[in-house]
Amino acid sequence: MLSVNNLAARIDEKEILRGISLDVPAGQVHAIMGPNGSGKSTLGYVLAGHEGYEVTGGSVTFGGADLLAMEPEERAAAGLFLAFQAPLELPGVNNANFLRTALNAVRRARGEAELDAVGFLRLARTESKRLHMPDDMLKRNVNVGFSGGEKKRNEVLQMAILRPKLAVLDETDSGLDIDALRIVADGVNALRSPEFSALVITHHQRLLDHLVPDRVHVLSRGRIVRSGGPELARELEANGYAGVVADAA
Amino acid sequence: MNQSLHNGADAYLSRYEGLRDRLPGDAAIRDAAAAAFKAGGLPSMRDEDWRYTSLRALAETDFGEPLSMVATAPILGDAIDAPRLVLVDGRYQPDLSTPPVGVTVTPFSENPYFGRLPDTKRPMAALNTMLTEDGVQLHVAAGVDAGALVLLSLAPQGHRPIAFHPRHGIHLEAGAKLTVLEIARGEGAYLHNAVTEAVVAPGAVLTHIRLQDESRDAFHVNTTFAEVAEHGTYDAFVLTLGAQVARTEIHARLIGPHGMVHLNGAQLLGGQQHGDITTVVAHDAPNCGSRQTIKNVLSDRSRGVFQGRIEVARAAQKTDGYQMNQALLLSPQAEIDCKPQLEIYADDVKCSHGATVGELDADQLFYLRSRGVPDAEARAILVRAFLAEAMDPIAHDDARALLERAIEQWWEHRA
Repeated sequence: MLSVNNLAARIDEKEILRGISLDVPAGQVHAIMGPNGSGKSTLGYVLAGHEGYEVTGGSVTFGGADLLAMEPEERAAAGLFLAFQAPLELPGVNNANFLRTALNAVRRARGEAELDAVGFLRLARTESKRLHMPDDMLKRNVNVGFSGGEKKRNEVLQMAILRPKLAVLDETDSGLDIDALRIVADGVNALRSPEFSALVITHHQRLLDHLVPDRVHVLSRGRIVRSGGPELARELEANGYAGVVADAA
Repeated sequence: MNQSLHNGADAYLSRYEGLRDRLPGDAAIRDAAAAAFKAGGLPSMRDEDWRYTSLRALAETDFGEPLSMVATAPILGDAIDAPRLVLVDGRYQPDLSTPPVGVTVTPFSENPYFGRLPDTKRPMAALNTMLTEDGVQLHVAAGVDAGALVLLSLAPQGHRPIAFHPRHGIHLEAGAKLTVLEIARGEGAYLHNAVTEAVVAPGAVLTHIRLQDESRDAFHVNTTFAEVAEHGTYDAFVLTLGAQVARTEIHARLIGPHGMVHLNGAQLLGGQQHGDITTVVAHDAPNCGSRQTIKNVLSDRSRGVFQGRIEVARAAQKTDGYQMNQALLLSPQAEIDCKPQLEIYADDVKCSHGATVGELDADQLFYLRSRGVPDAEARAILVRAFLAEAMDPIAHDDARALLERAIEQWWEHRA
């Protein structure tokens, strides 16, 4: 599904990613862990096509296509979804209109028929109910006045509606209490299928208790320094990054 | 005085000499305006009130008289489902109009009433007073809710530059209500220099919405003098889309307690367009409020101007005044000039003003695009969102929808 090969990227002359290689087969969930500043969020932004980051080397294929050659909206249409660590507020943009515009843009690009207002609202209500979101969150402006947890849930709602093939979840667990964490994890688990993959960026084992990964990768200073099964996350939780990072250095 | 402004002013004065005996109404009022115009001439950028807006291109254009008759019925264009008063080249056209119920309509040419509010020391108001031929006077009797009407100004010829100076009046008696949607459209080069007097009696509510969608070659100057008595409301919105040089000037005076003035607006400009919104709100009475939210969306080499003065007299205690001017610059060559002024002589007042300038937020844009929304559509969404704060309070749904359609069209044709 996703194949990252020796990817290097920088922002403002500062090297952040220094040769990342990673394969996420269809149907698998991979976790990316690592200390602050290791490049986890940058990886998410680069995959989604943020113009602030300059790719200086390597390649990424997504479903067989050259991901790095695509505009951000083309990546979304191809089935990539980035759940933002800090979702943006869009004052003056109604959440339901935003979701419908996004869904129909993606459906158009995929050659599917657009959903009318009624059909869309039915879908949005069903999905937001599943995430235990109050109905009025659809009527409010995008993320404006939302609590941290509501913003994260709104990201998962967008994901549920856009039905991506690969979701990159950038610290979607941060700022969530235990209940909210389970709701968010359930939301992702509901999408799990042989055609759905996820790259879960997280600091903590907690989310991975609910969203069990097939593989765990440890990122340090822009490189993957160790990969393993789910037990690696538990090892990190118990011993911290120091040992893993030091081994690699 | 600048030579071209001087010559331009002389051309208007000699036109007045030639037309004087044929123009309707009190010649003494016109003569006084002509004397004021002769003394001051066309405003130059040395005049503090015109510091950011040059009328040089206007002064250098040789405008002729409109034709005396409308040969063919012009295309009236998009409007709302409401009675419609049509002016062509500044002249009222009863045959094209559907007079409203509850509003008395008197053409200026039939009953030339110049009004008591317009200040003919202001040069463009003096020019209007000197040369006006027609316009409409609207009157709503006490307690009547007259609904909405459209005042449509068309300049459909486009063959040669013409100038017209319509003189309008809107008078609402106590407790009356009226929504006026003014739409200005045209072809080619022309000067549309309108003056409007709006008198809002106690408890009356005048909603005054304007869509300035003139030709890109036109000059549009619109000066409104409004007076609001106790518990009255003057709720104005102007959307500036057209003209090469546009100036909307509103002088609103609150003369009785608990009156309210809203002067909201938006300017969407491109190319080398210049749009100027200038307001003066005078709080003469206590416990009144005024609200102004002005949004500018400026692309290419366009220039937006907002000058807003709030005057609070000694007697106007408990005044609540708010003014905000915001600009979104879509191009590095676009420019916004903002001049807020507060003149406060009362000691128990709340007055605030602010101004912001920015570009489209790159992170918001990326957020939308990362959800699959194409770049152009994402930009349009963010521009609409920027305008929402000024547009949303427009209470008349059909009028707001009309303005939103005009904005969509502006956006589509921008590229």
